[in-house]
Amino acid sequence: MMRIRDIGPAVSFTWDGKRLQGQVGDTLASALLANGQRVVARSFKYHRPRGIFTVGSAEPNALVTIGSGAAQDPNIRATVQEIYPGLEARSQNRWPSLGFDILAINDLASPFLSAGFYYKTFMWPRSFWEKLYEPFIRRAAGIGALSGQHNADHYEKAFAFCDLLVIGSGPAGLAAALEGARAGARVILAEDDARMGGRLICDNALLNDAAAGDWVDAALAELAAAPNVTLMPRTAVTGAYDGGTFGAIERVGLHLPHQPELPRETFWRISARRAILATGAIERPIAFANNDRPGVMMASALRSYLHRYGVAAGQQVVIFTNNDDAYASARDLEGAGVQVTLVDARADAVAPAGFAGRFIAGAQVCDTRGRMGLRAVQLRHGDGRTEWTRADCLGLSGGWNPSLHLACHMNGKPQWDEGLSAFLPVPGMVPGLDYAGAANGQYDTAACLAAGQTRARAALGDLGLSLPAAADLPKTPQAAARPMLPLWQVPGKSRAWLDFQNDVTTKDVALAARENYTSVEHMKRYTTQGMAPDQGKNSNVNALAVLADVTGRSIAQTGITTYRPPFVPVSLAALGAGAQGAGFAPQRFTTSDAASRAMGAPMIEAGLWYRPSYFPQAGETHWRQSCDREVGYVRNAVGIADVSTLGKIDIQGPDAGAFLDFVYTNMFSTLPVGRVRYGLMLREDGHVMDDGTTARLGPDHYLMTTTTAAAAQVMKHLDFVRQAHCAQMQVAFTSVTEEWAQFAIAGPKARGLLQQLTGQALDGADWPFMACGPIALGDVQGRLFRISFSGEMGFELAVPARFGAALFDRLCDMARDLGGGPYGMEALNVLRIEKGFITHAEIHGRVTGFDIGMQGMLSRKKDFIGKAAASRPGLLEDGRELLVGLRATNGSLIAGARLFTQGSDAVRTADQGYITSVAYSPTLDASIGLGFLRNGRARMGEVIRVKDHLRGVDILAEVCNPVFFDPEGGRARD
Amino acid sequence: MLYLECPYCGVKGEETEFHAGGEAHLKRFGPGSSDQEFESYLFARENPKGVHFERWRHVNGCGKWFHAARCTASLEVFGTYSAQTTEPPKAIKDAISAKRPGWRWRDFS
Repeated sequence: MMRIRDIGPAVSFTWDGKRLQGQVGDTLASALLANGQRVVARSFKYHRPRGIFTVGSAEPNALVTIGSGAAQDPNIRATVQEIYPGLEARSQNRWPSLGFDILAINDLASPFLSAGFYYKTFMWPRSFWEKLYEPFIRRAAGIGALSGQHNADHYEKAFAFCDLLVIGSGPAGLAAALEGARAGARVILAEDDARMGGRLICDNALLNDAAAGDWVDAALAELAAAPNVTLMPRTAVTGAYDGGTFGAIERVGLHLPHQPELPRETFWRISARRAILATGAIERPIAFANNDRPGVMMASALRSYLHRYGVAAGQQVVIFTNNDDAYASARDLEGAGVQVTLVDARADAVAPAGFAGRFIAGAQVCDTRGRMGLRAVQLRHGDGRTEWTRADCLGLSGGWNPSLHLACHMNGKPQWDEGLSAFLPVPGMVPGLDYAGAANGQYDTAACLAAGQTRARAALGDLGLSLPAAADLPKTPQAAARPMLPLWQVPGKSRAWLDFQNDVTTKDVALAARENYTSVEHMKRYTTQGMAPDQGKNSNVNALAVLADVTGRSIAQTGITTYRPPFVPVSLAALGAGAQGAGFAPQRFTTSDAASRAMGAPMIEAGLWYRPSYFPQAGETHWRQSCDREVGYVRNAVGIADVSTLGKIDIQGPDAGAFLDFVYTNMFSTLPVGRVRYGLMLREDGHVMDDGTTARLGPDHYLMTTTTAAAAQVMKHLDFVRQAHCAQMQVAFTSVTEEWAQFAIAGPKARGLLQQLTGQALDGADWPFMACGPIALGDVQGRLFRISFSGEMGFELAVPARFGAALFDRLCDMARDLGGGPYGMEALNVLRIEKGFITHAEIHGRVTGFDIGMQGMLSRKKDFIGKAAASRPGLLEDGRELLVGLRATNGSLIAGARLFTQGSDAVRTADQGYITSVAYSPTLDASIGLGFLRNGRARMGEVIRVKDHLRGVDILAEVCNPVFFDPEGGRARD
Repeated sequence: MLYLECPYCGVKGEETEFHAGGEAHLKRFGPGSSDQEFESYLFARENPKGVHFERWRHVNGCGKWFHAARCTASLEVFGTYSAQTTEPPKAIKDAISAKRPGWRWRDFS
C-alpha cells in the first residue's frame, strides 16, 4: 500500500494514539491505506482482524471511534470520515489492542458460536441472564461504545422545500439536476459524499474526449451559479416518507476541527414535489473461504482509491470477477505500476486489450492466507487444479446491486431481473419518485446521463414547467459489456463471509435453512444477517441467493427482506436536536416567577408552567415547616398565591349563556351579572372533564376559568362543541390566560388587606361570597372575584399581566404586615384537601359527577354534553367507588395506596378503592386524604385498611366526610 | 409526512401543526335517543383502509376544527373543508371519485 500521487497538502492526525500524515481530500480510510495500516478493526463476533473493504457509505469493516471524552462518536465509517488537522481516531471492539485481541479466542470457538447460538446456549438458569450472560455477550460481541457522559455538542434540525430533489450526484444525478436548473425549478442535489460526481470522479473515464472530472466541474459550476439550485454535499438522504417528504442527514461539522458553535450534524426534512433516485449501485463481494482478510477489498474501491486518493491499495493485486467492470480496475492498477493477476470466473472470458498481467479465465478464488493481512490467495482452475499465488490485495467483483433502498421505504417490493442478476425498482413504489442510472440497473455512463436527463424532464413536465430544448449530453466512449456470470459463493470447507459487519457466513445461512428458518425474513433474524449498522448493503442479496440455493428456490421466489429507513446510521442527537435539557419542552412563567425564585422558592412544574412549591424562611430545614406556616397564614391571617396559571377563557356573544348551559352540567344563563358560579364539565361519555368557576361580567360576557392542567383540553373542547354542535349560536371565545395576572388573597384578614389596597369597603352586602366586578387600583383597571379555594374569606384579584409583578410584591408586603405572606403549591394543596375540594388527582378521567357527590349539579331541565351517558344505569349503580375523606388512625396516609375492608386480605379481588390525595393537616393535626371507596358515602365512620404494597404502608383510617374543615362553609361567607 | 390545509385560516402545514380528532360527520344523539342510536354515536367508528373522513384541529395555528378527506393507506389528502357540515361537499366527493372510483364510506359515495 502506498501513496503514488499527492492529492493535497499534508494533514496530521492520530490513529490509536499514533501520529500519522494524510493529505487534504483524504478520508480516514484512504489516509490509513496510504500509511500501510492493514488491520483497522476487529469483527463483531469472532474478533477477526479486518481491513478497509470499500470506498463509500456501505463500508462494513472499518468502523472507528472519533474524538474522546463526552464528544466521542463511536461507529464512524472510516470511508466516510474526512480527515482534518488533529483528528483523533481509534479502533474499537478490541482488548487490549488492535494487534493483539484476547477475544480473538472466539474465532477458535466458532463451531459453538453459529447462528442462533445464544438462543440455544444461554437458556438457563434464568437468573444468569442479567448478571452473567448479557454482560458477557455485550462485552464479547460488540462495536463502539458511547462515553456515557452528557453530550454537549450542538446538533440541528432543518426543513427544506423543492420542486425536484435529486438524490445522488453521479452522471445520472448531475444530468437530472442540470435539467431542473435550466427549467427554473427549485432543485436540491443531495450527495452523501463530500465531493460530487459519483463514479465520474473515481474512474479515469472520458467525457467529450477529456477527463470526466472536467465535465463534472463545469456542471457543478453551472449548478452552483443557478440561484434556484441548492447543492447539498455530505448529505445522505436517509428515508422516503409520505407526501413527498425525505429525511436527510448532513455532516456539518464532523469533517472539521471541533467548533462549539457549529452543529455536528443537521437532520433535514426535505419536502419535494418530485424526486429522482440517482444513487448508483453497490458492488457486491463473492463468498469463499476466508474472504474477510485485511487486504480483501471491492474491485471498484481499488480504482477509486487509485484515481481519487492517489493510493495503490496493494503491490501484488489479484482481481476476482464475474463481470467486465472489474477489468477497468485491473487495467488502471497495472497502469500505475502494480502487478495484477486477473481471475475471471467466466470460462469464455478474454483478456482486456492492453492488459499485460496474468489473465485466467474460468477460474475462482477459493481460499486466502494471512491473518493480519493478505499474503496469498488460492485459485481453483476450471479443470479443478488449485494453486497458491502471492498477493497482498484481492479485489472482488460479484456484480452490482442498484441502490434502490429509498424506493422501497414505503413498502414497495423490488423485482428480480434475471438478465442483470439484480433487484430493480418498479415504477410507483414511492409517489413522485423516479429512478435514473445505475440505481435503475443502467450501468453504462451514456445510459446514466440519458436517463438522468429524460427522467428529470418527465418530472419537470409533470409539474407544468416549460422546458428549454434538451442540451446535448457529453460524448462517452463506446463500451459493450459482456453478460456477467451469476456467482454468489465458491464451494469450500472453511467459513465464507456474507455479512462482514455481523460475522454471518454461508454456513450460518445454511444452518438457518436446516432449522427451517427458510423465509428470508426468518433467516435474517436467526442469523442477524443485515442487522448491523450497515444494514447488509453489500451482503443481503448474496445471503438470499445462498438461501435460495440451499432451499432449492429461485431468488425471485425467495424474495428480499424489507428495506426500512434510515439508509445510513443517523445519530439520535441529530434526530432530537434542540430537545435536550431545557429545550425538551416550552416553559411558561408567571409574572411572579422572578420574585418567587428570589424568595428561594423551589419551583415545580405544573404542565408547562412553573409554580412555587413553598417559600422557605430562615431556620426552616424541612418543606413541611414552611408549608405548615403558610397554611397558618391563610387560616389565621392572610396568604397570597399566584393563580394566574388557571386557564381563563373569555366568552362573549348573545348566545354565550346558552352555550355555557350546553357545555356545563349546571345553568349559567340564569347567573346574574356580577356573580360567579362553580361549574362542572363532562365529556360526552358522562365522565368529568374539568371544573372551575365562571363569572358573568356583563349580559353577553362571561369569563370561564379552567384548571391549570386542563386549560388546553377545555379550549379544544369548547372549539369543538361550538363548531360541531352549536354552529348556529352567536358566541365567540378566546383564551386570555396570559393576558391577566391573578392572585388569591385568602384568610380572615383578606378583606382588610384589600380595603387598604383599594380604599373600598368590600363589605358583605356589596361584595357577598361569589360576587365579581371591576375594581380600580389607581389607574389600573382590575377585576375582583370573591371566590375561595381554601375555605377562608377569599378574593382573587386580576390585573393586566404587565402589572402582575408589581402587584405581587405589593400584596406580599401588605400580607406580611398583617402577619401573613405568600403561600405555595404545597400549602394550597393542604388547604383544599382540608376543604375536600377536588383537583385532577380526583377528576382523573374515570369518575362521574355521581362519584364525586355532585349528581345534584346535573341539571334536569336542559340538555348538556355528557347528560345521556351520565344517566346510564351503569354509571349510577351501587358499588361504584365514591369520593370520601380519610383520616389516619395510626401512621400517615399515602397517595396511591389501596383500600381494603378491615380484617380482609389485601389482595386485588378484595380491593375496595384507592387514595388520590393526602396531606398533613396542621389545622387538624392529622394525616388526612381524599380517595374513592366502594359505596363510600354509606360507610362514614368505618375504619378501613390502607395498604400500599409497593412502599410497604399498612395502616388504618377512618372514613369521613371529604370536607374536613368548616363543613358548613361559614368562614368563606360571613 | 401528512400535509393538510386549514380551511379556516388557509395555512398549509405538516402534521405536527395539527391534531387528529377522530371520525367526522358523527350525528350527536343525546338524552331521549334510543340505546342503539346512543351506542352507535358514542362507540361505533369506521376503520377503513382507504377513503376516510376525519376531524382535525389546527392546534398550533388558528385552533379551529375542520374536516379532512384522505386515504388511510396512502395518506393522500383529497381535501379539507368546514367542520360545520353534515356531509362532505360535492367538490370533495368529486375529488375522491376522480382518484378512487366507486368509493363508499358509511352513507356517502
